[in-house]
Amino acid sequence: MASSSISNPDTNSNSSPKMRKKIGHESETGILTADTERSRWRTEAEAKNYSIKLVKALRRIRRRDSSSSGSIHESADRVLAVSAKGRTRWSRAILTKRLRVRLNQINKKHKKAKVSSDNRLKKPVAKNKPPSLQRKVRSLGRLVPGCRSLSFPNLLEETTDYIEALKMQVQAMTLLTELLAGHDTLAGSSDHLGSDVVTTTSN
Amino acid sequence: MSSRRSRSRQSGASRISDDQIADLVSKLQQLIPEIRTRHSDKVSASKVLQETCNYIRSLHKEVDDLSDRLSALLESTDGDSAQAAIIRSLLM
Repeated sequence: MASSSISNPDTNSNSSPKMRKKIGHESETGILTADTERSRWRTEAEAKNYSIKLVKALRRIRRRDSSSSGSIHESADRVLAVSAKGRTRWSRAILTKRLRVRLNQINKKHKKAKVSSDNRLKKPVAKNKPPSLQRKVRSLGRLVPGCRSLSFPNLLEETTDYIEALKMQVQAMTLLTELLAGHDTLAGSSDHLGSDVVTTTSN
Repeated sequence: MSSRRSRSRQSGASRISDDQIADLVSKLQQLIPEIRTRHSDKVSASKVLQETCNYIRSLHKEVDDLSDRLSALLESTDGDSAQAAIIRSLLM
């Protein structure tokens, strides 16, 4: 497949769009069209794949008796990142989140926190934009995981993929919730929580 | 391929043309339900960025709400049979 070129997250990701152009995609600008990548998230197979992985992950959470909504959200994000197959920066950032938290804790102990904060203050290179746009770009970079100091075009690439993935995540989780709720009522659960959920889903 | 790499280094982050940026912005715009117009050149980049941020935030909130509901549901259902049934219906 075309996108196997992204192996090292640190290399200049400008090289990979050129490789994709080579494969003959319609690319007027040379930057990734992202059409094939985006439509990847829209296929039903991908949604099914995600749902199944999510159910398995949720099962594991249940066993550990910690089904708080925060851990479910985290787990859903991780499964989403896994489905991305490491091709995008945001997915890699999600997967390494825990590692980075631990690293930061260790670094704080050794008083190396100064270095990481300097990195955050470093401004992105492309600055041919008015400051109001710059602010918006910055807040967008904060919303997409792992993309705080990315160049503007790369940030836009990551954003388009991230949005598609999020849409799919919402779809799959909605479906899952309705299935679970429906199953509750089917199984004749006398738990009033089940009927509450049914009334909300019938909106 | 090395020539391609050096070319990409020349057109580094500081020299991305406005056209490329406009193209990416318009692609982004297609994804956001609020501003998916046919006359894509009438929407400013600033608005697209703003709407993108809002959209991502709303998607995050939706996932949050869904995980709230899921956690409540999971606590009340009878584990494995429910989930086996779900997997079966997903696979069909």
